[in-house]
Amino acid sequence: MATWPILSVTTFLPVAGALFILLLRGDDEAAKRNARWVALWTTVITFIVSIFLIAGFDRGNPGFQFVEDHPWLGGSIRYKMGVDGISLPFVILTTFLMPITIVASWHIEKRVKEYMVLFLLLETLMVGTFSALDIVLFYVFFEGGLIPMFLIIGVWGGARRVYASFKFFLYTLAGSVLMLLAIMAMYYQSGTTDIVKLLTHGFPREMQTWLWLAFFASFAVKLPMWPVHTWLPDAHVEAPTAGSVILAAVLLKMGGYGFLRFSLPMFPHASELFAPMMFFLSVVAIIYTSLVALMQEDIKKLIAYSSVAHMGFVTLGIFTFSNEGVQAGVFQMVSHGIVSGALFLCVGVVYDRMHTREIAAYGGLVNRMPVYAAVFMVFTMANVGLPGTSGFIGELLALMAVFKVNTWAAVFATTGVILSAGYALWLYRRVVFGVIEKDSLKSITDLDRREVAILVPLVILTILFGFWPAPVLDTSAAAVGNLVAQTKAALAPAKAALLGVQ
Amino acid sequence: MTLASLMPVVPELVVIAGAMTLLMLGVFRGDNSTPLIEGGALLVLGATLVLILMQPAAPVELFGGSIVVDAFSRFFKVLIIIGAAAALIMAAPFWRNHKLSRFEFSVLLLLSVAGMMVMVSARDLISLYLGIELMSLSLYVIAAIDRENVRSTEAGLKYFVLGALSSGMLLYGSSLIYGFTGTVSFAGIAAAAKEPSLGLIFGIVFLFAGLAFKVSAVPFHMWTPDVYEGAPTPVTAFFAAAPKVAAIALFCRVAVTSFPAIASQWQQIVVFVAIASMVLGAFAAIGQKNIKRLMAYSSIGHVGYALVGLAPGTATGISSVMIYMSIYLAMTLGTFACIIAMRRDGGQVEEIDQLSGLARTQPVMAFVLAALMFSLAGIPPLAGFFAKFYVFLAAIEGKFYTLAVIGVLASVVGAYYYLRIVKIMYIDEPAQQFLPMPKPVAAVLLLSSAFVILFFVYPGPLVAAANAAAKSLF
Repeated sequence: MATWPILSVTTFLPVAGALFILLLRGDDEAAKRNARWVALWTTVITFIVSIFLIAGFDRGNPGFQFVEDHPWLGGSIRYKMGVDGISLPFVILTTFLMPITIVASWHIEKRVKEYMVLFLLLETLMVGTFSALDIVLFYVFFEGGLIPMFLIIGVWGGARRVYASFKFFLYTLAGSVLMLLAIMAMYYQSGTTDIVKLLTHGFPREMQTWLWLAFFASFAVKLPMWPVHTWLPDAHVEAPTAGSVILAAVLLKMGGYGFLRFSLPMFPHASELFAPMMFFLSVVAIIYTSLVALMQEDIKKLIAYSSVAHMGFVTLGIFTFSNEGVQAGVFQMVSHGIVSGALFLCVGVVYDRMHTREIAAYGGLVNRMPVYAAVFMVFTMANVGLPGTSGFIGELLALMAVFKVNTWAAVFATTGVILSAGYALWLYRRVVFGVIEKDSLKSITDLDRREVAILVPLVILTILFGFWPAPVLDTSAAAVGNLVAQTKAALAPAKAALLGVQ
Repeated sequence: MTLASLMPVVPELVVIAGAMTLLMLGVFRGDNSTPLIEGGALLVLGATLVLILMQPAAPVELFGGSIVVDAFSRFFKVLIIIGAAAALIMAAPFWRNHKLSRFEFSVLLLLSVAGMMVMVSARDLISLYLGIELMSLSLYVIAAIDRENVRSTEAGLKYFVLGALSSGMLLYGSSLIYGFTGTVSFAGIAAAAKEPSLGLIFGIVFLFAGLAFKVSAVPFHMWTPDVYEGAPTPVTAFFAAAPKVAAIALFCRVAVTSFPAIASQWQQIVVFVAIASMVLGAFAAIGQKNIKRLMAYSSIGHVGYALVGLAPGTATGISSVMIYMSIYLAMTLGTFACIIAMRRDGGQVEEIDQLSGLARTQPVMAFVLAALMFSLAGIPPLAGFFAKFYVFLAAIEGKFYTLAVIGVLASVVGAYYYLRIVKIMYIDEPAQQFLPMPKPVAAVLLLSSAFVILFFVYPGPLVAAANAAAKSLF
């Protein structure tokens, strides 16, 4: 066990960087450059610190590690942090993607200091969300993320940025406040806000239903699930590239993480009760949003809808209550984090050159941008779920797990895979293949070194996890096994009682 | 009764004696002595604060039990003095910029503070009424302090007429309660009022209507937007801060200590008033263009949230109200410091649109005001979130689920107009710069925003103090 609070350092190091940027004087080129470099170094160092978490993590231990516990709000509400196999991948995903987003925002010229400060604050809040072990602390981090994201979309976004940022903020807030009430009810009922204790508390059955619904309101909006996904396309389309990356790669994962951390283990009866509904909503999301994606004329919007569809596999996997299913959920989230983040970066590359996201404005890019075409191909294939990419593993595992539990859900969800091939390949063909017809595209340049530098790590990870998913799966195995076993154990007496009656 | 037995009310006596001395000074030396009197008033408030903090913790009763000095009243007295002192500090440069030199402001402010201190210490209906009237009469005049200005005088008159009406209701309620219980002391009422009788309930309704007027809760809120808009901005800052805190404190004490046995009767009133205030505060503020009117509706909403904490009538509930009012005080003072700083060559501006692009012209002020707005909206990790957290926690514990659900949903609606201000500052194109902020105003802004932003780092002391103080009511 480490003697220094690695988790708190990982969480709050970005704030230190943000404060440092705030101290920078002036608004000239030098100050902008300094702000960028400070942000980059802060995120890189944060990532290096988070590597200590991987190094010191005991994969065989299903419980929480690197636990820190200090008094905070009085009573049982404490500053308690820790990670287990479920949260660690998300912490690493966040710290890994942050330097990439900072580099991807290198060309931002408008109010650089504020931009970098907000991204650093956002990193703190995201890492904190995944590592909080007190439910009130979790909420503070979870909800606090709205502020920087609201400003990122609102200030640096596209033409309809104000609408999109308000929609994002109010939608998410409305979902979350109900969760806040549920958190209070849990505190009142159990007398503790410690997640570790709450995991084994065993809430009364009817109460579980209400609590589950309140948490569902929050996580379903965040994930997002059909039919409360409508904020996502707007937010994605209007957000700056780096904002879209973070939104797709990390913020959406908070919803899935929430289902795993709270809904399933704390309210097993309600989860079982609502599992058919979750299957239904997930399947609708997969098929419906895939169909919607087929019709999009805006590249970012298309990818945003495909995100909703892919997150559908996550909820499908999680609510199978099986080891494979939950593992698939975790893996699919990590994989989607990498792939969708990368896809938004790819859109950003051409957007920076052409300043349009219209699919129709492109075509034949392969002639002028062969490297870009290759990179975009990898991520398109991962998005489709081609074997050999990380997207395949997550979807396959999820579908296998669902097949055992609910064959029809699996059958319908599988059609989503076909549809995803439809929209992703069609998008790729329209943007990349063909001959260049538009004059504006004739002088377009291929990836520069900065863009290569941020996309190559993602290409490597996508393919690496496609062939060797073990790093993620092994990390989460023990914690997932424990979670599934606990959930099943909580459900077992009820089942036995039911059989006894029959 | 010996002189020594008056020790517990020395802070009040200091305020009153100070006010009288300064009044004499002003009368004989004229308006030229205004800066001196402002300094003197500040000194009096500072001395009072020290005296209050030095008082022993054990509760002491005085004047046959009509006044009590306990942890609860001391907690609120500290808040009142902070609010009054901040308003005084911010007012001084404002008067100078507007060529208004009125020494009466400081004197009246001290007198109203004395009234508020009596209010939070009141243990019977007589001292309750005396405190309220001392405060209110001073406030009516303060509202019209800019006596050449039509809007200011109109605000004063409106406040006075409606305030007199509410005092009448309060007095009528008090007399009914006295008639049906035979006593004016809260403890005596509690002992007598074991069963709800029709007359007693009528009395409670009237008493609460009067109190609801003082805290500007719906449906007795109509005066608030007009008075807030019409009164000079530092006066509005004062109205939104100290008197509201005092009235909420009185509300809590009356409800909890006088009618514990028939709590379910007054709880209905409080629940209704809280819901109505939260919802109206959230929806009515959306259309506002004037920032002072917007803050008026915002304060109506916030009173609703504070009353959510009172509804369960428990110690945790009262403690949550105390935390709420402390944080509300800091948020209000900070926001009004920003509003006072909205000054251009042409004078004070109050339109929300005038803030546009503030993030680029005055980034520090924009940052602080944005933090205050997010805090008022109740977004973590800012202090406003914890304020809401505790009141809703108390409501959930008291099984007021509907109240809590409506409350959080209203807070989402309310978030919209706070966000709009952030949007105007951060997203819209910059307008002309404001004149530099006067130093005293900047100091108030700095302290209150530091409290709001950094509260989450070390929330323990306030929470512990509120918990301890709330126990003294039970």
